[in-house]
Amino acid sequence: MLTQRQVRLAWFLVLPTLLVVALVAGYPLAQVFYWSFFKADIAFVEPPQFVGLENYRLLLQDPDFRQALWNTVKFTVISVSLETLLGLAIALVIHSNFRGRGLVRTAILIPWAIPTVVSAKMWQWMLHDVYGVINALGVKLGLLAQKVAFLARPELVLPAIIAVDVWKTTPFMALLLLAGLQLIPEELYEAASIDGATRWQQFWTITLPLLTPALVVALIFRTLDALRVFDVIFVMSGVNPATRTLAVYNRQTLIDFQDLGYGSAISVAILVLIFLFVVFYARTLGKEALR
Amino acid sequence: MKPLSHILTRTLFYLLVIFVVVYSVFPFYWAVISSFKASDALFAADPSFLPTPFTLEHYKSVFLQANFGRNLLNSLLVAGGATLLSLVLGVLAAYALGRLPFPPRNAVLYLVLAMTMFPQISVLGGLFMLLRQAGLFNTYLGLVLSYLLFTLPFTVWVLVGYFRGLPRELEEAAYVDGATPLETLLRIMLPLTGPGLVTTGLLSFIAAWNEYLFALTFTVGNKVKTVPPAIASFGGATPFEIPWGSIMAASVVVTVPLVVLVLIFQQRIVAGLTAGAVKG
Repeated sequence: MLTQRQVRLAWFLVLPTLLVVALVAGYPLAQVFYWSFFKADIAFVEPPQFVGLENYRLLLQDPDFRQALWNTVKFTVISVSLETLLGLAIALVIHSNFRGRGLVRTAILIPWAIPTVVSAKMWQWMLHDVYGVINALGVKLGLLAQKVAFLARPELVLPAIIAVDVWKTTPFMALLLLAGLQLIPEELYEAASIDGATRWQQFWTITLPLLTPALVVALIFRTLDALRVFDVIFVMSGVNPATRTLAVYNRQTLIDFQDLGYGSAISVAILVLIFLFVVFYARTLGKEALR
Repeated sequence: MKPLSHILTRTLFYLLVIFVVVYSVFPFYWAVISSFKASDALFAADPSFLPTPFTLEHYKSVFLQANFGRNLLNSLLVAGGATLLSLVLGVLAAYALGRLPFPPRNAVLYLVLAMTMFPQISVLGGLFMLLRQAGLFNTYLGLVLSYLLFTLPFTVWVLVGYFRGLPRELEEAAYVDGATPLETLLRIMLPLTGPGLVTTGLLSFIAAWNEYLFALTFTVGNKVKTVPPAIASFGGATPFEIPWGSIMAASVVVTVPLVVLVLIFQQRIVAGLTAGAVKG
């Protein structure tokens, strides 16, 4: 039978991928779950000790964990909202017909292509408290009364980092939304114009409703990305409690403090948080994609 | 004559366009300028917008003192290895998932989809243990393996889309001619997915090239260390010793190839990103 042979071949072709997934995701994940019930250091200097749910109990009382969770939520909500609004604006600009739109589209790809670590360093230099170009320009143009230590002041460091993330990821948002805009049939706008609808009315009654699917996908993607943010935070302010997100706190616990047990419990907590979003995502959009 | 309001909106619109372009490009421009500036000019209270006085000092120091060439080579090997492995494994799996009868197809696709959103940090401790147990800590293979966590699911997901987009008739014609499914994949389907392979390969490569968390955690010293952790850790003991000129020079060196790739493959990258995201 051709079909039966095909099924066997299919298994044979998928198997290597499944094995790799089991090795690099399944096995490490099982380890993380397992060790989260132990008091253990990552080098096993002392024999691991089974402690049941003790690590999870500690997690609920840990003010550092709560602060990290709060920082993560703040970072996610603010950066994703700004990226969505700016991304939508840029997508609308590129979508409208004008000379030089190709140039704009290329220009916005540059932040996307730059590695996060590099963009963090570039902005760290631009935001430098003494020699930074932003301070120099700000003072010259009268926007700043004096030079500001953006990355040293606790109330400014998170906003500064968010600004960097917004710069880096808005292009991605804009491109996803642009793809959505290009799917909207031109005739709808023509018909609306004939009926006398203003540009503004067209935006609210045609563009926004028809763009919603693309908008939701982009939002979920960015949210998942923002919830696990590590690079930009760690490069720009290390483990500073004012900006420390869940991922930064988790690495600090595991690697710097060598606390395998407690660190694993934090990993599980992050996974649960992300899993809730993935389930939500798979429910709303996965089915459509699989059709 | 055009009404004044029209001219006004047009002007505002172009101002907005200019703002978007400057906003996107300026930080990179500033890095380039800074990398060519002599140190005195770099550390001036009122910085110049042109690289005067011009110097190649920072580039020399990056490659001669910091041994940045080694980091570049490491990044190339690790990102290249992860991309190649993902493409080989991914093509096979994606063909099966996209074109062959495979009962647990949806379950596997859900798994792949979930993996593309998997938080790297959640397996950091587990991967650390795995690499140490296997003796792969601070090795190329260890880093490549860990990168498959994100490059492989992405590759499979996007390639499934490409395979499904191909017309059925091609395959049927091949079967009629007596080709086996594997021959059909290699001779007929694979050449047709060429553009898809380039796009997915490119995006995987960029993701691996830019990766920081695993590279930072699974390497020590300079032997295997890739570019991102190397750039992040350039520096001295005090804020005054941070060699900003060299950091900018290194940043430009790693970014220029990416920017060139993006300029060449612009359309494909955009298509790949939207395929990966809209469908996944």
